[in-house]
Amino acid sequence: MKPAPFEYAAPPSLDEAVAELARHGDDGKVLAGGQSLVPMLNFRLARPRVVVDINRVTGLDAVTESEGVLRVGALVRQRRLERWAAGRSALLATAMAHIGHSAIRNRGTVTGSVVHADPAAELPALLLALDGAVVARSPRGERAIAAAELFQGPLTTTLGPDEIATETRFTLPAATDGWGFHEMARRHGDFALIGAIAVVGLRAGRIARVRTALFGAGPTPVRLAVLERGLVGEAGTVATLRAASASATRALDTAADIHATAEYRRAVAATLMTRALVDAVGRAKDHAA
Amino acid sequence: MTRTIRLHVNGQPYEGTVEPRTSLADFLRDGLDLTGTHVGCEHGVCGACTVLLDGEPVRSCLLLAIQMDGALLTTVEGLAAGDRLHPLQQAFWDHHGLQCGFCTPGILLTATALLAENPRPTDAEIREAISGNLCRCTGYHFIVEAIRAAAHGM
Repeated sequence: MKPAPFEYAAPPSLDEAVAELARHGDDGKVLAGGQSLVPMLNFRLARPRVVVDINRVTGLDAVTESEGVLRVGALVRQRRLERWAAGRSALLATAMAHIGHSAIRNRGTVTGSVVHADPAAELPALLLALDGAVVARSPRGERAIAAAELFQGPLTTTLGPDEIATETRFTLPAATDGWGFHEMARRHGDFALIGAIAVVGLRAGRIARVRTALFGAGPTPVRLAVLERGLVGEAGTVATLRAASASATRALDTAADIHATAEYRRAVAATLMTRALVDAVGRAKDHAA
Repeated sequence: MTRTIRLHVNGQPYEGTVEPRTSLADFLRDGLDLTGTHVGCEHGVCGACTVLLDGEPVRSCLLLAIQMDGALLTTVEGLAAGDRLHPLQQAFWDHHGLQCGFCTPGILLTATALLAENPRPTDAEIREAISGNLCRCTGYHFIVEAIRAAAHGM
């Protein structure tokens, strides 16, 4: 329960942090909030030779919104985004409040949780549902990785060993869109058994666009593309949404463990996605009314 | 490799030498002899090691001491004023908000931060705030009562 020895660097600038990480490649690990990395160090599941702490890097702590795109710097704590979202984005505020406990959110970063890529965590699924991206910097330059290209498996992303995630971007729901967020966990603050996110926009009383994501429902967060396409043009009755959710969750690659069977997880996924969609359609109708 | 860090704990300046892998919790207990901070699960679940960093509760088992150069921390030793207990400590005493006491320092600091932000929390808000602090003795009921009483007495 104590980490294996490692070396430590806390460079003051992003360029120096990128250079430091590049020197160590697979032997280096980036430390931001540490709420996922430090438990893994304590369990010795991660044994980096060098920890590159980016907490002293300047310029990574901004939250900005412009033309519907929210940009969150790599050192923005989850608690800060939760407070930012209060009164601005009910979906974001609700999702953030489900992450761990306040003491975890005070330190844990938004971008860190995204690139940690726990398939049962809220933020990776939120990134996927909101067509987000992660900006990564390496000695080769900067690139944006779309959420759909980011998640490869449990705790595995397409981020290279020499890349530092510097920013997370979310495409926020339009003001007239409705949203739904449901999560089931055994205890408050635990990782979800299953979670479901839905964002719905209406045109003339019918569904014009749908964005979804499930978490805890497979090796990565999952977007239900067939369901999203199938619901366009529908009125969004509860029966339609229930049937679409049941059909879309039937083939999910859910896992069985001590907490739940794979079949149970699929059943809960269908129920929570139905509820998220019903909420989202209802709220979109409230906006239209 | 070791490094010397300087920080303030409960308003007092301290200096110590740490390895990169030394957690803040172990540094407080073993390096500074501030053993009121308890170490339970060492992976951020139990909340026993909660301290305040710039006034906000954090898990000291999930911070490296080496990161704390220049930090301002509050531990449970910083709550009482000499022999006079902090109102939360007095309320825990009066309302039997502890039995074995292992979780108590973390809960006191979590509640301190709650009342600083929300001086009159509802019971639901109190339960939400301490949901990240595991207590295996009390069943939480008296803890909620103690925090509620402290809020009304402060």
